[in-house]
Amino acid sequence: MKKLTKPVYVTAGYNTVSLGSGRKEFHPKKPRPGLEHYIKEAGQGALAQVNDPANVDEGVISNFMAARFNRQGNLAALMPMIDRKLEYKPLIRVEGACGSGGLGLVTATKAVLSGMADSVLAVGVEVQNSVKAVYGADILAGAGHFATQRKEGHAYFFPAKFSDRSCATQAEFGAEKTRKGMARWYERAILNARQCPKAQEYHNSIDDLYAAGMSPCNANAFCGHINVYDCSKVSDGASAVVFASEDGLAKLGVDKKDAVELVGYGQVVADISKDPEDQTKLTTSARAVANAMEMAGVTSKDIGMLEVHDCFTIGGMLSLEAAGFCGYGESPDFVIDGKTAPDGEVPTNLSGGLIGYGHYTGGTGVRQAADIAMQFTGKPDGQKIEIDSSKPYGLMISMGGNDRTVVSCVFRKAQ
Amino acid sequence: MDLDTRLENVAVLGAAGKMGSGIALLLAQEMAREKLKAGNKDRTYVLHLIDINQESLTGLLGYLRVQLTKAAEKSIVSLREVYADRDDLIENYDVIAAFVEDSLSVVRPSTTLDSIGGSKLVFEAIIENLPIKLDVLKKVDSICGPDAYYLTNTSSIPIHVIDEGVGLKGRIIGYHFYNPPAVQKLLELISTKSTEPEVVAMGGELAKRLRKKVFPANDIAGFIGNGHFMRDILHATAEVKRLMADEGMTEPEAIYVMNKVSQDLLVRPMGIFQLIDYVGVDVCRFIMHVMTEHIEGERLEDEILNKMAKAGVLGGQFASGAQKDGILKYDGGRPAGVYDLSKGGYALFADGDWVALLDEKLGAPPAGIAPWRALLMDAGKSSKLKTYFDALAATDTMGAGLAREYLVRSQEIGAKLVADGVADSADVVNGVLTNGFYHLYGPINEYAELMTDKVGGK
Ligand SMILES: NC(=O)c1ccc[n+]([C@@H]2O[C@H](COP(=O)([O-])OP(=O)(O)OC[C@H]3O[C@@H](n4cnc5c(N)ncnc54)[C@H](O)[C@@H]3O)[C@@H](O)[C@H]2O)c1
Repeated sequence: MKKLTKPVYVTAGYNTVSLGSGRKEFHPKKPRPGLEHYIKEAGQGALAQVNDPANVDEGVISNFMAARFNRQGNLAALMPMIDRKLEYKPLIRVEGACGSGGLGLVTATKAVLSGMADSVLAVGVEVQNSVKAVYGADILAGAGHFATQRKEGHAYFFPAKFSDRSCATQAEFGAEKTRKGMARWYERAILNARQCPKAQEYHNSIDDLYAAGMSPCNANAFCGHINVYDCSKVSDGASAVVFASEDGLAKLGVDKKDAVELVGYGQVVADISKDPEDQTKLTTSARAVANAMEMAGVTSKDIGMLEVHDCFTIGGMLSLEAAGFCGYGESPDFVIDGKTAPDGEVPTNLSGGLIGYGHYTGGTGVRQAADIAMQFTGKPDGQKIEIDSSKPYGLMISMGGNDRTVVSCVFRKAQ
Repeated sequence: MDLDTRLENVAVLGAAGKMGSGIALLLAQEMAREKLKAGNKDRTYVLHLIDINQESLTGLLGYLRVQLTKAAEKSIVSLREVYADRDDLIENYDVIAAFVEDSLSVVRPSTTLDSIGGSKLVFEAIIENLPIKLDVLKKVDSICGPDAYYLTNTSSIPIHVIDEGVGLKGRIIGYHFYNPPAVQKLLELISTKSTEPEVVAMGGELAKRLRKKVFPANDIAGFIGNGHFMRDILHATAEVKRLMADEGMTEPEAIYVMNKVSQDLLVRPMGIFQLIDYVGVDVCRFIMHVMTEHIEGERLEDEILNKMAKAGVLGGQFASGAQKDGILKYDGGRPAGVYDLSKGGYALFADGDWVALLDEKLGAPPAGIAPWRALLMDAGKSSKLKTYFDALAATDTMGAGLAREYLVRSQEIGAKLVADGVADSADVVNGVLTNGFYHLYGPINEYAELMTDKVGGK
């Protein structure tokens, strides 16, 4: 295992509102802000926290499918709209489906480690409400293998993939327990989102969240083993953070108390044309996390804040097992017992996660890093927790496709 | 001839109208699904859409394209299976576009009857005018021959009158869709004494395929839905006149009161005057007229509706489906005023304090009242309604009194539909009102019983 050759810091986190159904200001038929708006808002939000945008050396933008959602390619060239001073700098766009955000973090990290840049602005964005959900499903299905999977695939391709995982998990570990765990995951996601004014589910007013989460599944209209509450929604939004070396922080005028340190990452990719070897496991995620933890020299016992990729409730739960917070098959009980709650064993997805905060696909990985950076520096968008001093690390998992392209990062407060 | 064969060649008369276009939409989808079945590759499917209005007929194609797309988007899960063997259709987008094309490709719009010779199933949704209906149907019958079956959407004309007028000898049923046909689940299926049993069976099977809920009605003008609705209107307008005479209310005031009582205190989706506007003042008058003509010993006519119509106050909907102003004025779909015939304009709820004074006069609503919308999806609605109506029975306010009278009258109307043989049972009457009018409870109910000894003291 290679080690980081020098300290890499993350600072200046900023998230836009996650806009989509559920937000009071969202009207499907009225005009809405586009890609440019979100890129600018998030980028400027981050740059406002450094002394001068001129001091940022490079930029990376994460996005999944703007080419189809917004008919826009060449996204790196949208970054100078954030600030004229970014023009003529090395800017790059990365894509790894819903794991694009994670790839952006890794790309920025490598630029800093290479010594070619002292600081990198990382932005992640997706604007998906431009098409109806039924067509959005086509676009998102691009995270699977078009040539071998799309034709046989379900109308709602990804929900069905995770419905299959839910089905297999229920068969292996009991339908009732699994189902209850999923419903509790949903409930917890919304309760957290209600504390975060920018979250898509901030205005959610469902009385009995658990009962909603337990709604029956309808295979004729949707999927057989997940319901709509098990799914993250369609979201528009963007996030940004700044990566920097020690020198970079100094040049940007950022105090270390306002930064976290990236102490390990894992980035692994599996073959898109293959089905998961085991529907009840996120094996690629498990490797990414193992690599990140090894590089950081930590175990799950050291993690005081967790950000997982719960595009579906079942995915969120299986990632707890993949990361070793509980044993195989134990995640439903782990969730039901409140161990992922803000005052639980591993405070998880404190701003709501993908289900509660929203999931602007290509930007979500950046959002997770921003949330960890803001929480550890005491300035979260949503609820603030006291990080357990015996568990001073934050962990995130950014996942693309059905556990295909995965990035995991470990952070701690900058020393 | 089985239904599958009949569905190969179908005609809709009056296809560009409100009801005809919805029926055309349902049929185009159903016929496309038939066409796409593996065993039907060699069959040809045609849907003749006949209307004399050239302009509307042109608009109909645009309407069908938009609505077929929406319908296909909704049923994408099953449509992917329908097209499973088409390797070129991969994404939802491809499948939806293919289904829209397949549906439109069965459609043949025309202003003449020349081409409909092969039709074995004829839907009639021409304007509610007996001589025109008879004239067109006679021509169609001579073109389509003796094995064609007829399904008429008439709202009020007895089916036997059409049958005898054309000489169809029992090859016709009343197939009364509700507006809009593609959305409303309810279908009143009306047979006459001479309707061939095969026609009734075919109508029932087709309804199932179209995913409609069928309620059988007998052949008495107005049938069940309008039979109740028209008499309900007459109760409301009689109360308006009484409130003017006894309580010194102006007409707009009394209309406001009865609309509010019939919506809020009866927990219905709309007040009675809003419903009149929804259907159209003229349509209501016309249905009453036809019912009067065909029902002996009962005169259905209303002075308020006549005056409103004469003043050009008609209600109805815009092409977009938005509500036009009628007896009430609408703001964002909600009532915001009442037409004042004496002033020739609307008395707005927001002007002055007249509405607040009336609300005060009506008194506080009984405990446990909840709006219709809140109860609609509530699994515990029947016990909540029971609690509420118990409270209504015991409440001593003017509003509660009016609501009690209304409930009892509505029950009488329902019971009379059964007694007169329009409906075979109370369940059928209740089924029509709950499914077609979205009432939370049928007119024949236990709640009205609570009220019977508390009314009549006008
Ligand atoms: N509107 C409703 O709520 C409703 C509900 C149930 C049943 N109905 C019944 O459905 C029928 C149609 O009503 P609608 O509301 O759709 O009316 P409409 O006026 O919207 O449509 C009637 C159509 O018939 C066409 N037409 C007139 N003469 C014709 C002819 N000689 N040949 C072919 N087409 C001709 C008109 O051009 C028009 O397009 C009526 O019998 C009505 O009672 C209406």
